[in-house]
Amino acid sequence: MAVHGHGGALMEESPYAIPSRKLTMWLFIISDAVTFGAILFAYGYLRVATPDWQTPFKSGSIINAAIMTFVLITSSLTMLGAVDASKAGDKPKALRFLASTMILGLIFAGLHIREWFGLFDEGIKLNTGLFGQTFFSITGLHLLHVISGVVALAVVARKYSSDSLTPGHVETTGLYWHFVDLVWMFVVPLVYLTNIAH
Amino acid sequence: MASAGSSGNVIAKYLPVYFILLAIAGVEIFLAYQNFSTAGLVRILLVLAIGSAALGLMYFMHLAQEKRSLFLTLIPATIFVLLMMNMIWTDSIRLLHMRPFAH
Repeated sequence: MAVHGHGGALMEESPYAIPSRKLTMWLFIISDAVTFGAILFAYGYLRVATPDWQTPFKSGSIINAAIMTFVLITSSLTMLGAVDASKAGDKPKALRFLASTMILGLIFAGLHIREWFGLFDEGIKLNTGLFGQTFFSITGLHLLHVISGVVALAVVARKYSSDSLTPGHVETTGLYWHFVDLVWMFVVPLVYLTNIAH
Repeated sequence: MASAGSSGNVIAKYLPVYFILLAIAGVEIFLAYQNFSTAGLVRILLVLAIGSAALGLMYFMHLAQEKRSLFLTLIPATIFVLLMMNMIWTDSIRLLHMRPFAH
C-alpha cells in the first residue's frame, strides 16, 4: 500500500521505497522494452527466413547512424545533468540541461527523417518489401518515442519552471529518456550494422 | 539541503560511462566492416549492445543505486520474457529451407 512521503509524493512501501510515479515509469519501461524486443525479434525472424534480404546501407548511412548515436548518448548525459541540477535545487541549470536534451533530441529526429528521405529516393519505402516494412516500423516506433520524449521534456520543463512539478518528475521523465537511448543501442547494431551494403 | 554546486560533479562522475558507451558504439561499427558471417556478427554485436544497455541501466538510470528488490522485480522477468522469444528461430529456419513452400 502506498503512503505519502515528504514533499507530498506518493511513496511505495518497502521493499521498493521509491515514489509511486517512479515505480510506474519503471514498469512502463519494462513493458516498452518487451515491445521493442518483440518487434526486433520479428525483424530477426523475417531476416533469417528470407534468403535475398536487402542490405542497402552505404557508408553515408552508417556515418549518419554513428552521428545519431553520438547525439542520443550525449542527450542522455545532459539529461543526467538536468536531474542532478534539479535535485540540487539549481533550477536555471536544470532548465538549461533540459533544453540541451530537447535540442539534441530534435537534432536526432531531424537526422533520422533526413535519412528516411534518402532511402525514399533510393526506392526503399514502407511498402517496398520486407526490409522496408521492418526498417521503417522499427525506426518509426523509436522515432515516435523520441518525439514523444521531447514533448514530455518540454511539458515537464515548463511546469518545473513554474513549480507545478518537482525534481522527482524531472527524474521520472529522465528515466524514459534514458530508455529511448537504450533502445537505440540495440537498433543500430541489429538493423543498421547487419545490413551494410558490401 | 540543496547544494547548487554539485550538478557539475555528476557530469564528471558519469563521463567515463559516457565515453565507454561511445567507444562500444565505435567498436560495433568497426566490427561491422570486418569479414564476419551475419550470424557471428549478430552474436558479437548483441553482446556489446547488452553491455551498453547494462551500463545505461545501472548508471544513467541509477538502477545500481536503487534497492536490490527493485532490480530483482524488474530485470529477471524481463530477461526471461526476452529469452522465451528465442523459440521462434526454429520456425524461421524451417521457413528458409522450405522455400518454395511445401505442398
